[in-house]
Amino acid sequence: MTATLIFMAVLMIVVAWWLLKQTMDTQPWEESSMGAIIGGHGGRSFIQVDKKLGLFVFLAVATSLFSLFISAYMMRMELGDWRPLKDPSLLWANTGALVLSSVAMQWARSSSKHGQSSRLRYAVLLAGLFAFAFMFGQWQAWQQLDTLGLYAYANPAYAFFYLMTGLHALHLIGGIVVWCLAAIKLLRGVELSKVNLSIELCAVYWHFLLLIWIILFGLLLST
Amino acid sequence: MAIVTHDADEYVAPAAIPEMELYHPKTWLGRYVFSQDAKVIAIQYACTAIAIGLVALVMSLLIRVQLGWPGAFDFIDPSAYIQLVTMHGMIMVVYLLTALFLGGFGNYLIPLMVGARDMVFPYLNMLSFWVYFVAVLVLVASFFVPGGSSGAGWTLYPPQAILPGTPGSDGGIILMLVSLVLFIVGFTMGGLNYVVTILQARTRGMTLMRMPLTIWGIFMATVLALLAFPALFVSAIMMLLDKIIGTSFFMPAIISMGEQLDYSGGSPILFQHLFWFFGHPEVYIVALPAFGIVSDLLSIHARKNIFGYRMMVWAIIIIGALSFIVWAHHMYVSGMNPYFGFFFATTTLIIAVPTAIKVYNWVLTLWRGNIRLNVPMLFAIGFIFTFVNGGLTGLFLGNVTIDLPLSDTMFVVAHFHMVMAVSPVLVVFGAIYHWYPKMTGRMLDDTLGKFHFWVTFLGTYAIYYPMHYLGFLGVPRRYYAIEGTNFIPESAASLNEFISIAAIVVGAVQLVFIYNLFISYYRGKEAGDNPWEATTLEWQTAETPPQHGNFGEQLPLVYRWAYDYGVPGATQDYIPQNVPPSKASGGVDNAE
Repeated sequence: MTATLIFMAVLMIVVAWWLLKQTMDTQPWEESSMGAIIGGHGGRSFIQVDKKLGLFVFLAVATSLFSLFISAYMMRMELGDWRPLKDPSLLWANTGALVLSSVAMQWARSSSKHGQSSRLRYAVLLAGLFAFAFMFGQWQAWQQLDTLGLYAYANPAYAFFYLMTGLHALHLIGGIVVWCLAAIKLLRGVELSKVNLSIELCAVYWHFLLLIWIILFGLLLST
Repeated sequence: MAIVTHDADEYVAPAAIPEMELYHPKTWLGRYVFSQDAKVIAIQYACTAIAIGLVALVMSLLIRVQLGWPGAFDFIDPSAYIQLVTMHGMIMVVYLLTALFLGGFGNYLIPLMVGARDMVFPYLNMLSFWVYFVAVLVLVASFFVPGGSSGAGWTLYPPQAILPGTPGSDGGIILMLVSLVLFIVGFTMGGLNYVVTILQARTRGMTLMRMPLTIWGIFMATVLALLAFPALFVSAIMMLLDKIIGTSFFMPAIISMGEQLDYSGGSPILFQHLFWFFGHPEVYIVALPAFGIVSDLLSIHARKNIFGYRMMVWAIIIIGALSFIVWAHHMYVSGMNPYFGFFFATTTLIIAVPTAIKVYNWVLTLWRGNIRLNVPMLFAIGFIFTFVNGGLTGLFLGNVTIDLPLSDTMFVVAHFHMVMAVSPVLVVFGAIYHWYPKMTGRMLDDTLGKFHFWVTFLGTYAIYYPMHYLGFLGVPRRYYAIEGTNFIPESAASLNEFISIAAIVVGAVQLVFIYNLFISYYRGKEAGDNPWEATTLEWQTAETPPQHGNFGEQLPLVYRWAYDYGVPGATQDYIPQNVPPSKASGGVDNAE
């Protein structure tokens, strides 16, 4: 459970540090603090809009999920019947596609920030295209293993491969749904201000999934 | 009387966020069924949870009938018995307590207590309830599939959970796991809402350290649940794959009924690690909201500020953090490295420190308070006793050497029922008696309430005190019947009979409570806006029950913490959070 515990520890330290900053020198029962503006609380704790903060909280949940899978992977790996999987070389190409997708998303984000709508359309479509390419590539990798007879039930290493890539893909599908909604709006030519937030959230989520994929890929390669 | 004018901007920061745009339902369906109002969702959550909880209550009575009078009912055969035990445990822990505290009280109280109009993501909130509802339906469906519901024990340990021979090892366990996955998805939607609402939608002036402890408890419990439920999710998915497509994540090479199965090399201990990595924080997911609520009940009904507020907040946070590093104390008998066991015994004992701080602070809150023995207060005080009792046996079980002989005996059953079943349920009752007037505008009947309290409180002691003794004798848990052993005396059977009678009485008295809920809705005394004279914002709403949007025209501004009871020099013995300083301190107001 080391991987999970490290993640939890980091998260808890951040939370505790933030809370400590908020609470250390307040004594809410003191006469003098009554009615005073403590830290000038005007309604929210973070400047981020609610949806963005919601996304960050969700990313914490997803990180917890993936770190638990990684922990389970490392514990299961220790046991005798583990046969390392020779990872399909296609995964390198897929990783490239996901990196490009993430880069395009970042490009979309900055052009939406600067109000360049024609570039934005371009970038958003490109990001989606690469994301689909990644998904297709992952599917092909599954097919390759399948034709080699490396089924999930044949060995835990294969099972974990299907499980982790599948779960990562499911998360990406969730992102693609949001991407689709934003893309449709863009094609219809709505105002930039109405898609800005979706684009930004997509970009954050894309980078997160890229990071998770790189960690998973590294784990698969090294074992 | 001098008219006191005050300039709000002198005291509270200007609004940092625009007013929330409220969703306005156009149809009956949108208003009451697929409602996006947190208060309606809360009541939907609570009703569903209590309904499925009553099913689990009936199951526990059937278990007790079998233990008290073995073989009394023909339909309780060994399979049915272990199925009852399994479903009773799972429903009570996950589908009743977690859903009720977070989905029910969380939804109702968070927006009202922090001064928000609604949750920040109302649509997601609605979705959260309906996914939970489907999860409950899937769970209920498992009763009706061939082979019946799972009989794996609520911990669902592999390999037996999915092997033939265990009741419900086909459809039952699959539906159980699917239902859990759905529950987690639904909860995550709700949980995001609770966290972001508490962080981002508090009204002006409501700093973190002015929040009532109820909100702190619910907040930290939600954080724990968001991080811990993934562990259950992972184990459920992996076990589903083991069952359905024959992977060997958890399944070792095994011969079942003379036949070599296709599994090989998997690790049942891996499941235990994952399960308890969720399972132990789950205890605190249930306990932390209870801690928070009970702190508020004690303070309000003792007319005294909570003792050591800041310490209470930090105790909640520290308990939450520590709860992630004690999980293996559920696995002492799994053959772990003794140093490992030593580590987990130590962390387990450390977590008792912040918990004990909380108990001291509750008692010190009562000390020289102006105690009003209302029904919610009775339940809150009952909680302190029960929780201390259950916590003390936890010290026994937390130590490896004492745990080994007591493991899997009735002592364990008695311990966890005291500490995480009866204690939180007492708080649930106290909270319902406390907030029912806000939810309906009417008081629950006092006499019925006191009767309900005394029978429940004393009755649970009649049930669980003797059960500790049975555990010391070595009576194992989850056994259908015990025959032909020498080490268990005859008298154990009579004791079991006594426990069963007490359990049936306590179970029956819950009908009085349900009756009270219904009858008071129509005939209860009018409650008014603030029957308990409490300071927190939910009691300061313009209407009771609060309308959609909670606070009428203008959101309340908060000038003080939630515990201004018996402030020297004030005109009343309580000062609501939204009363500005110049008004409360007497001063100008009294100078007529």
